[in-house]
Amino acid sequence: MALMSAVPASAAEQMLFVSQGGAYQKAQTIAILDPAAKKLGITINQDSVPDAWPIMRSQVATGKPTWDVVDVATNFCLRGGEQGIVEKLDFSKIPNAAAMPAEYRSDYSIAYEFYSSVMGYSLKKFPDAATAPKTWADFWDVKKFPGRRSLRNHPLATLEAALMADGVAPDKLYPLDVDRAFKKLEEIKPNITVWWTSGAQSAQLLNDGEVDMVMAWNGRISALVKEGAKVTYTYNQGILQSTSLCVLKGAPNLPTAIKFLNEAVDPVHQANLPMQIDYGPANPKAYDTGVIPAARVAELPSAPANAKAQALMSYAWWTSADGEAAEKRWLAFTQK
Amino acid sequence: MSAIDPSLRYQRREQGLMLLLASPAVIVIVALVVLPVGWLMGQSFYDGGFTLEHYKRIFSEDIYWRSFLLTFRIAFTVTVLTLILGYPVAYAAAHARRPWDMLILSFVILPFWTSVLVRAYAWLVLLQRTGVANQVLERFGLISDPLALVHNELGTVIATVHILLPFMVLPLYSTMQKIPRDLMLAGASLGGGPLHTFLRVFLPLSLPGVVAGLTLVFVLTLGFYITPELLGGGRTIMISMVVSRNVELYNQWGAASAIGVVLLVCVLAIFMLVGRIIPLDKMLGQK
Repeated sequence: MALMSAVPASAAEQMLFVSQGGAYQKAQTIAILDPAAKKLGITINQDSVPDAWPIMRSQVATGKPTWDVVDVATNFCLRGGEQGIVEKLDFSKIPNAAAMPAEYRSDYSIAYEFYSSVMGYSLKKFPDAATAPKTWADFWDVKKFPGRRSLRNHPLATLEAALMADGVAPDKLYPLDVDRAFKKLEEIKPNITVWWTSGAQSAQLLNDGEVDMVMAWNGRISALVKEGAKVTYTYNQGILQSTSLCVLKGAPNLPTAIKFLNEAVDPVHQANLPMQIDYGPANPKAYDTGVIPAARVAELPSAPANAKAQALMSYAWWTSADGEAAEKRWLAFTQK
Repeated sequence: MSAIDPSLRYQRREQGLMLLLASPAVIVIVALVVLPVGWLMGQSFYDGGFTLEHYKRIFSEDIYWRSFLLTFRIAFTVTVLTLILGYPVAYAAAHARRPWDMLILSFVILPFWTSVLVRAYAWLVLLQRTGVANQVLERFGLISDPLALVHNELGTVIATVHILLPFMVLPLYSTMQKIPRDLMLAGASLGGGPLHTFLRVFLPLSLPGVVAGLTLVFVLTLGFYITPELLGGGRTIMISMVVSRNVELYNQWGAASAIGVVLLVCVLAIFMLVGRIIPLDKMLGQK
């Protein structure tokens, strides 16, 4: 009897979820995927791919995709929507999304978790909080804050930081003034020791004292802090970024996928995520569940107080023609 | 027509048999090399239809030239350095007695079995500001500020030389080992000093190994990716990195494969030029 009831009729319902693997996918399995599967009575199969975008394209191109839901950087969901690779979402079937700010959603995507590109620095070099760098203008000010610096070898968030350093307000960034941003970047270029390419590299550079200041993802620096490294970071003028969930066009289990999407942004599941890993929930209601202790809230990039101090990245701008042109310009910039 | 020379007929049959014997290898090479490379070349002229757009971009934007120049400059530097460092090592290994030659070779081969990624990270640890190299130099008072040994072209060259050294030493060693010792003795008995016999007898005979080593190292450096990516500080952008960025940026195989085709043409052109001066086929022992 017990066995019978453990296998409801809907047990046949399953779907394939694809994420980026590693500690991140493990954390979301515990916090979101397993509880969601249990609650919906479905089976969630998983796959992990660090760079899903080219595979998303080829999956849809074959006409018989095997993936259902993909967790990727939001710009890929939007680009996928534009190119007919991603399903348009019917938000009436995703009631949990109603509590989320409109900027966290698009016709093709729903924000899943937040991270932030923040300024991190060495406490050995800047031990005194009163005289430590606080803004991107400080990061650019090599006279007042001597030291070696590192930025990401990618235009996303880097152009935003350059514009803030040049005096643009965090809420007035878009559409980005690309020329102005690159001009400002030329200014700091001679003082950039390394243009980093992987998150692990950015943390290692700061930890080894190879650089004194770095723009890096908050989780990378907070991991160093936990290990006892003499480093810290500020959310002030951070650039709030997200990965989103989207559904592949022609997904084999579309109705199940939509059901899962709604469950994935459920406030309680969302609140469980930061208890496993240093990423913030995308559904602000997660902060009202009481699941996350106050001390933890203060550390999270999407916590209301931290979000207010930051700029929210516009993925819509980055997937526009201007955004793509800026991305192409980056290669020439780093080479000269 | 029927009056064919019997020896010619025999030769033809021989050739046909050879072709038959070689056919499995030919099939494998066609399937695994010719077809994919051909497909890639085709892609470079394709973007929804025939186009020269990908090539136009390469020749109109100077970022591509900068990368080509940098890549060839690094390849040249690395090749020369591996020869200077590798020749004495191969010479020592070829002339040392039993256990010692094996020891020398094992020092060459052991790192060869270690992953390129691991070795690149090891160089990062050695060469960075707080790394072993800078600490030693500072301790001995040779420098007051750490040197920028890594996150630039220098770091890339150092690590690449280390990684590719076995590709220079091994062909040199195998060539040197085959040089009869009697020839050196003969040279000496005719009154040649050690330097003289080396320059007039040993060096010319070791040239096939030198050319093989130079060719291997040069071509391998052209395709290096992980090392400049990790040790170049984001500024040492070699051509393979441009290929990967092109796949990311333009999402087209064509954009990337066009660069590959240009690189291939450059390499072939260089070998043809070098072949004019040095008979490569003879050096490589083909004929």
